[in-house]
Amino acid sequence: MTAVTIPVALPSSRRWPWFGAFAFLFLITSQALAIITSPADRDMGDLQKIMYVHVPSAWITMLSFFVVLVYSVRYLWQRRENDDLLAASAAEVGATFNGLTLVLGMLWGRPTWGVWWTWDARLTSTLVLFLIFVGYLSLRAFIDEPVRRAQWSAAVGILGAINVPIVYLSVRWWRTLHQVQSSPSTVDPLYVLFLRANAFAFLFVMIYFIRQRYEAARIERDAELAAQAVALGGR
Amino acid sequence: MGRSADWGRIRAIAWKDLTAERRSKAGFYSVAALGITILVLFGFALGPDTRALRDAAVGALWLAVFFAGVLTFNRSYQVELDGGALDTLLLYGGGRWTIFTGKLLANLAFVMMMLVIVLIVGAVLFQVQVPAQWPTLLAVLALGVIGLVTLGTFYAAMASRSRAREVLLPLLLFPMMVPVLLAAIQASKALFGADLMQESGAWMRLLVAYDLVFLIITHLAFEYVIEV
Repeated sequence: MTAVTIPVALPSSRRWPWFGAFAFLFLITSQALAIITSPADRDMGDLQKIMYVHVPSAWITMLSFFVVLVYSVRYLWQRRENDDLLAASAAEVGATFNGLTLVLGMLWGRPTWGVWWTWDARLTSTLVLFLIFVGYLSLRAFIDEPVRRAQWSAAVGILGAINVPIVYLSVRWWRTLHQVQSSPSTVDPLYVLFLRANAFAFLFVMIYFIRQRYEAARIERDAELAAQAVALGGR
Repeated sequence: MGRSADWGRIRAIAWKDLTAERRSKAGFYSVAALGITILVLFGFALGPDTRALRDAAVGALWLAVFFAGVLTFNRSYQVELDGGALDTLLLYGGGRWTIFTGKLLANLAFVMMMLVIVLIVGAVLFQVQVPAQWPTLLAVLALGVIGLVTLGTFYAAMASRSRAREVLLPLLLFPMMVPVLLAAIQASKALFGADLMQESGAWMRLLVAYDLVFLIITHLAFEYVIEV
């Protein structure tokens, strides 16, 4: 018996490694600059510097969930498998940043508020968002049939995204403690500059992660399809 | 297919589900018994201080309905799958959303009946007095159940046909139910406390908006969920 080899078309990614290197260099530079050069906060001292990771990762979480929504809608509209894989990749990256946001927020909240956790509107709705993401990813993990997995997770992704503002509104009515965002005009301009730089750095890292995850998912699917072709005696 | 044909399909499916439940009986009684058991467990966890129990009564009641309801939703598709009936159901002409509406109405009737039983037992166990504004309270309960059943029936269409239906349905459903849980509990609590701050109105508007949004979206999305 001879081994059967089927060539799998790998996504061409000559430029993406360079993009990844750029994203991480940019992240390291803007983090270092933010930590070294920005002045310590009057009340919080150096603790304030956690803002340069916490706030961008919170923004990126919201953005990733929006990406899930867009690709889910496009999948149901055009039925292209790649859109489903991209939605799933964005969900994984979003869940990672969501978890990071929660942990960093706790690390900051403990010395500042004196507690690890409080049932405030933003914290609670971020946690609920995380649980919705986890549900989405579990659904994908429990279904093997690709078309079914794609259609179901698209529906769950869309419903979850629609629920985000309702969850936020309901929890805000319930209770509020989280400080409102500082207006850019009341803080040191360096804060604003570095916060924005780091937000862009996180954005680049997010794009790179989603792309990497998507390529891996694509290769997995192609391998499955190739195995099916062999099993069916196509070669 | 005209409007009356759609309505006929909806009624037929809802009636079929309710008849099956009425004839088997075991399903309804066991789910209602589970709801009561959860209430009793809450009593042990929080009691025996009467005031503490009374304060927690509304939350315990809603959670009991949530947990018992989850079993209902999966069952509603499981009986179809066991009999191999879902595929036949899908072969009939007409819009497939009518299958969803029919199951939704049957589940609604089922959970409402369960709610009545759990409510009466809960009021006795937790020594709750019926508030003066009980008609508004009934509206809050109905709105909360509609939200629960809409999403429950929708997600169960997926979860009941997956490998891990017992864990998947609550995992998908409960985080989505946070606004319903909050609004229903806060509105009920306000009504029990005579609603001096007039806050139940805002919570009820939130419930109405939630129910409408998800009734529309689940009806639109059901086609994609049931066809594969």
